[in-house]
Amino acid sequence: MRKILVTLLFLLFGTSAFADCNIKSGSINILANDFPALRTFVETSKQCKGSANFKVTHSSEHNKIAVPALTANPSEFSARIAANSSIVPLMNQDLIRPLDDLVKKYGKGIQDSQLITIDGKVMAVAFMANTQHLYYREDVLKDLGIAIPKTYEEVVAASEKIRASGKMQYPYAAAYKAGWNLAEEFVNMFIGHGGEFFKSGSAQPNINNAKGVATLNMLKKLSELSNPDYLTHDSEAIKVEWESGNVALMTLWASRSGTLLDDEGDPNITKATKLTGPATVGGGNIPAATLWWDGFTLAKNRPDADAEATFRSLAHAASNKKMVADAADQAVWLVEGFVPGPKSIGVIEAVKMGAKPYPMLPQMGLMHGALGSEIVEFLQGKESAEQALKDVEAAYISKAKEQGFL
Amino acid sequence: MPNKTFFWFFLPTGLAMILFIGLPIISTGIQSFYAQHDQVVKEVKKCDPFGCTVSIVVDNEETSKIREAKPLGKFNGFGTYTDRNHLAVDEIKKFWNETENFGAFVDQVTNLPFYKALIFTLTYCLFVTPNVLLLGFIIALSLNAVARKIRGPLIFGTILPMIVTPLVGSLVLFWMIDSQGIIGANIQNLMNDPYLSLKSSKTLTWITIIIYGIWHHSPFAFVVFYAALQTVPQEPIEAAIIDGASRFQRIKHIVLPHIYPVVTFVALISLMDNFRVFEPIIGFSAEGSAQSLSWLIYDNLVNEEVILFGSAAATSMMTIIGIAILLAPVLIRTWKEFKTAR
Repeated sequence: MRKILVTLLFLLFGTSAFADCNIKSGSINILANDFPALRTFVETSKQCKGSANFKVTHSSEHNKIAVPALTANPSEFSARIAANSSIVPLMNQDLIRPLDDLVKKYGKGIQDSQLITIDGKVMAVAFMANTQHLYYREDVLKDLGIAIPKTYEEVVAASEKIRASGKMQYPYAAAYKAGWNLAEEFVNMFIGHGGEFFKSGSAQPNINNAKGVATLNMLKKLSELSNPDYLTHDSEAIKVEWESGNVALMTLWASRSGTLLDDEGDPNITKATKLTGPATVGGGNIPAATLWWDGFTLAKNRPDADAEATFRSLAHAASNKKMVADAADQAVWLVEGFVPGPKSIGVIEAVKMGAKPYPMLPQMGLMHGALGSEIVEFLQGKESAEQALKDVEAAYISKAKEQGFL
Repeated sequence: MPNKTFFWFFLPTGLAMILFIGLPIISTGIQSFYAQHDQVVKEVKKCDPFGCTVSIVVDNEETSKIREAKPLGKFNGFGTYTDRNHLAVDEIKKFWNETENFGAFVDQVTNLPFYKALIFTLTYCLFVTPNVLLLGFIIALSLNAVARKIRGPLIFGTILPMIVTPLVGSLVLFWMIDSQGIIGANIQNLMNDPYLSLKSSKTLTWITIIIYGIWHHSPFAFVVFYAALQTVPQEPIEAAIIDGASRFQRIKHIVLPHIYPVVTFVALISLMDNFRVFEPIIGFSAEGSAQSLSWLIYDNLVNEEVILFGSAAATSMMTIIGIAILLAPVLIRTWKEFKTAR
């Protein structure tokens, strides 16, 4: 036992010594969301910290911390792992620094496709892609002779059939928790219907139309096939529902597939859990889903030495072929050398089908916020779709006026 | 106590209150009159792993210039107070002119976020406060009547709801009322309705939160009442017993008048606490069905990726005013009594 331990320790330190990027000074402090792929990514970058001071905060509340923490001078964090939505408030407030020089100097293994450039300046380096797509229970669909659904209309039909068969009472699940999650489902479905959130070239809302109504009606149909507590269910809650075998069709993040397909839980359910691309809706040809990237950004209010140390250690992970080979299950890595496995089907299908990225607009956060609270009453059957959309627009307009967008 | 002694005695507390409560409130008040500067945006090319698009970003150079000149933002006066997400003055005028009957008008108004939150907050206060007083008093009376030996453990058990952290307390109940939890599943069986959910129905969510509120706050009322009951003089009670007064009459004519000032105190504190109801909404994930004024402030500060300081400040100020209005009758009464007593 002791021998194994020693060998293990040796291996651990052996690799970290090997990976040392020769960082001599500076301090690194990273703020990131909390899911397995990001933990792997940060751990990999830690191997290369050299003599720099290394700290990390993984939190699902990262969005709430980010802006205040990076506004401080010096900022609490030297790096923030962001996504296409969460980079926007950082850009709006001018809290992150351009990375061009650092990429030139230290970004050898980073591919050009990983660079997020805004107005010609590199603002972030992406390392993984994410989307929400369909999961299905192969055994249940097979038993009832249902084909794998390709559209949300088919999802509804399939769920109704499953319910009618008496196998499951609430066969569909998606993260409909009032607030951010519910708004995200609206965004997906609205884009699937070919909707544009704003009148072109302005910050005027553009959702109170036929596409918006169709979106809401589809969300309502799906919610009626979900557990009645759907308004309190986030991604974690529906994952639990799935693992207890209560659900046969589900829309969930690709980055969660790892935890669904691991060895924990009922092996029969795990075995029958299959992934497929996101569904389309309303006869549209682009999927009702948004593409997301996760990447790192560096805080502006932090000394250059810290930025350099942080960039070097994170760049080590963002170009690490060993990491993407070892953790191929955890995410769809955008890093060179990644060979997509069965758990990446969702994202790859989404890209193939021409899914759109989540809109990276300065005022999108306000729209997302307004959606999250104002469409609840429609789903509860307390108001009409038109009224709900009118409320969203009105709530958005007040907020956008206060923020100076209108 | 002579006024001078009182002054020196109170000075440290007073200073701390000004520093940590007074000044922040003033700062919040000032902030509520300002909005963000008009955003200067420009069109740029954005590239990410999924391709390039032309879209807009905030022009940081221009924005920082404006911000440096006027760091507080754009003066907005009562603009934030009267906008649709707060008092919604224009909307209400419009509804008044457009709707045919009073019912429809009320429907429209209660659909506005501020009024929705205000109605929940007031409903919560109006149901929780009297029930807390009543329940606390009944528990205190009953505990006062049991044998001294078992009083200790009983008191401890009774104040447990107050010791349990509000979030934990609400989470426990949240899991119990889940459609697969012990209470939720049993109610479904009882009502024979598999789609019944305590969490998705607005009315049931309100009832749950109110019951939780009563459960959580009663111990406070109980503790204070119990302490007050110990000071009730025995002689008049014994005299009343001899005169043949029933238990109810004794409580009504001797005990209640004696502890009346304490009742006022508990009512005041309870009202203030209940007006700021917040934790149960988060604990029960009830944002969809129940929003309180405090929750609105929280929502403006953290739920958006963009922080709405002006909105949050305006709601805070209105919450303070709301508490003041709510407490006014009790305070005026206490003041009058104080004057007559002198």
